[in-house]
Amino acid sequence: MSDNIDTPSTQEQPPSSAQEAETNEKAPAAPPSLIFLADRIREKFPEAVIAAKEWRGDLAVTVTREALHAICRFLRDDPEMDFDYIVHVSSVDWPDEPERFEVVYEVYSIRKRHRIRIKTRVPEHDCIVDSMTDIWRGAEFMEREVFDMMGIRFRNHPDLRRILMPDDYTEGYPLRKDFPLQGKGWRDTFEFLNDPAN
Amino acid sequence: MGLIQIGKHDKDGEVGVMTLSLEKAVNWARKGSLWPMTFGLACCAIEMIAAVSARYDIDRYGAGVFRASPRQSDLMIVAGTVCRRMAPVIRKIYDQMPEPKYVIAMGSCATSGNIYDSYSVVQGVDRFVPVDIYVPGCPPTPEALFDGILKLQDRIMQKRVFTKQPEQVKGHVG
Amino acid sequence: MAHLEDQRSTVYHVDPSHPETDTLPTLRTEELLLNMGPQHPSTHGVLKVILELEGERIVKSTPVMGFLHRGVEKLAEHGTYHQFIPHTDRLDYVCAMYNNFAYCRAVEKLMGITVPDRAEYLRTIVAEVQRIIGHLFWLGTQALDIGAMTVFFYTFRDREILLDWFDELCGARLTTSWYRIGGVERDFTPELEQKIRKFLDYFPPKIDEYVVFLERNRIWLARTKGVAVISAEDALSFGLSGPTLRGSGVDYDLRKYESYGAYPRCEFSVPVGKNGDTYDRYWIRIEEMRESIKIIRQCMDQMEPGPIMADVPSVTLPPKERVFTNLESMIQQFKLFSQGFDAPVGEIYCGTEAHKGELGFYIVSTGGGRPYRLKIRAPSFIHMGAFDHMARGYMIADAITIFGTYDIVMGECDR
Repeated sequence: MSDNIDTPSTQEQPPSSAQEAETNEKAPAAPPSLIFLADRIREKFPEAVIAAKEWRGDLAVTVTREALHAICRFLRDDPEMDFDYIVHVSSVDWPDEPERFEVVYEVYSIRKRHRIRIKTRVPEHDCIVDSMTDIWRGAEFMEREVFDMMGIRFRNHPDLRRILMPDDYTEGYPLRKDFPLQGKGWRDTFEFLNDPAN
Repeated sequence: MGLIQIGKHDKDGEVGVMTLSLEKAVNWARKGSLWPMTFGLACCAIEMIAAVSARYDIDRYGAGVFRASPRQSDLMIVAGTVCRRMAPVIRKIYDQMPEPKYVIAMGSCATSGNIYDSYSVVQGVDRFVPVDIYVPGCPPTPEALFDGILKLQDRIMQKRVFTKQPEQVKGHVG
Repeated sequence: MAHLEDQRSTVYHVDPSHPETDTLPTLRTEELLLNMGPQHPSTHGVLKVILELEGERIVKSTPVMGFLHRGVEKLAEHGTYHQFIPHTDRLDYVCAMYNNFAYCRAVEKLMGITVPDRAEYLRTIVAEVQRIIGHLFWLGTQALDIGAMTVFFYTFRDREILLDWFDELCGARLTTSWYRIGGVERDFTPELEQKIRKFLDYFPPKIDEYVVFLERNRIWLARTKGVAVISAEDALSFGLSGPTLRGSGVDYDLRKYESYGAYPRCEFSVPVGKNGDTYDRYWIRIEEMRESIKIIRQCMDQMEPGPIMADVPSVTLPPKERVFTNLESMIQQFKLFSQGFDAPVGEIYCGTEAHKGELGFYIVSTGGGRPYRLKIRAPSFIHMGAFDHMARGYMIADAITIFGTYDIVMGECDR
């Protein structure tokens, strides 16, 4: 999926002032390369960045799980990054890989008008990452959805419960690849019909 | 109560002239004042709202008094995808409605689950609630809903009021 | 993991099948727990909210969602890219066209397809018509919920005119599926173009009519001004978008920020509020309808005849008339629908400014005809995340206003 940056020399030093001038235009014709954001993260957290890839104008940076929270805080607070807007939190299941789950945070900067995708991998036996609720409050519901659909837990989350499936749902996590599309029978059991209260 | 006793005096299931015309009068009154419950689940609810609003005006069929409480309504229009999580609620509301009560399954989702053959969607509301009329479409146009209501009115006219009906289906259906 | 769930579920053990249940062991006695929904006439679908009340003031609210969770993201993994278009109709069923647009744009970004000019104009016109429909629907139902019934009938009258076009254009009123990957399904007929031009003159006075109804309605003003206030900083932090965010003074509109379709070639302004309350959001929606009329007019004037579908035979569908007469086109159509096209390996996110907010699709592809993972960034869902924050301190009757101010649609919220 993601490759290491192989040619950093060509893309490394976009002068930040020119970058700003370009992004502040009303409708930029061709979006400029965002790889400098990845370089800046790498500068700040040399060990944490595993890979960075720009494809179709989207920049995706894979980082280690331990550094995720610090990086996200840096992304929001650093004036050059200024990622104040959370777009979505998502997750991908790669059952054949050793670190099975991928948690994806996509954030946007309203002032700078750039977008970045931060990804991290977690293994199945220990699928827990730090919650970003204290950085972007919107992450609360989005992370609950990831927990509900994929079963990834979030440390320090204020209210980690299922959100779309009922609290007492026991069949598992629907978006995992080993979960059958038709479920495991829950949709066809109507135990409430035998309830004497009805 | 007196009226019902007239029906009971008839033997062998025969219905007297008086009962028959009374039955007609009661059925006529019932069919002309179907009070539906506001029970939108998904997309079809939008068409149900359109059926109420200016252009289509469901009131022409006497079914325009949408009630927010099941205790006051006769007709439940199940408009939209029935998810398993919603199923107990639907059943509960159905049980709270007073007799006589009717159910219209509006749209493909309520009828059969439609394209949502997934882990959380009940494949048709008739799995746990008896349905009188199915209205096909995704979503059915307001005209189609009216057709369903007219069909239901026809059915109401054929109902026997003072003689015994077959026991209403309760409990497990599917 | 199981015991964690158990722990959580005891905090609010409220069974949806028992709407009256209010057993919350940890609750202080002087507070009242009120269960609103899931069957409630004003929740715009099947949404449940547990309100903790002190008198009539909301102390805390807990939205309970998922009563319309249909597993769309899972279904997407089991169908081809083309097959997912009808699913997008039913996400935000009030505005099917815009969902189609957002999804098709995302797939086009994944495939690297450029859409021909005329198709871009057609798409923009229809998308803006859909925006008007969405705002009309919102205006009517919001006014109805708050206690101004008249507007409902007027907005629905005009909405029906627009739905008739859709009927003419694609044969369906709500679930349209008119957009295709790489273009649109069919062109406007000359009659339709005439009708649209007529509507452009007909509609602006009608907007003034709605405004007259509402601006002089004291109930409307009292129930919208200063209700559900959210600051710009909080709104950003919650990830709000669309009119809900712009009401707080942030001009985040993807039509301007990451312009797409024919929007860069049109002149229009993005209305931005000041106070961040329901009234400002109402005003924004009214102004957006006026802007939409401007956009449609400009598109109609600029549009020139041309192809309506990108010519990428491996991805886009052949024209319908050729399918019936030409063997190759028929094979192409058959292959595209049965196997799908071969997508490159990669992942993209593409956001589109729907009338509710930023509707985005995050697609992960590992090649082949099906998305490996498709995540829908639904504005309604994210707006519900801010519900508790926005509802605290308001009266219980304002809860209805707050649902309404998001323009929430549960099909999109629960997916």
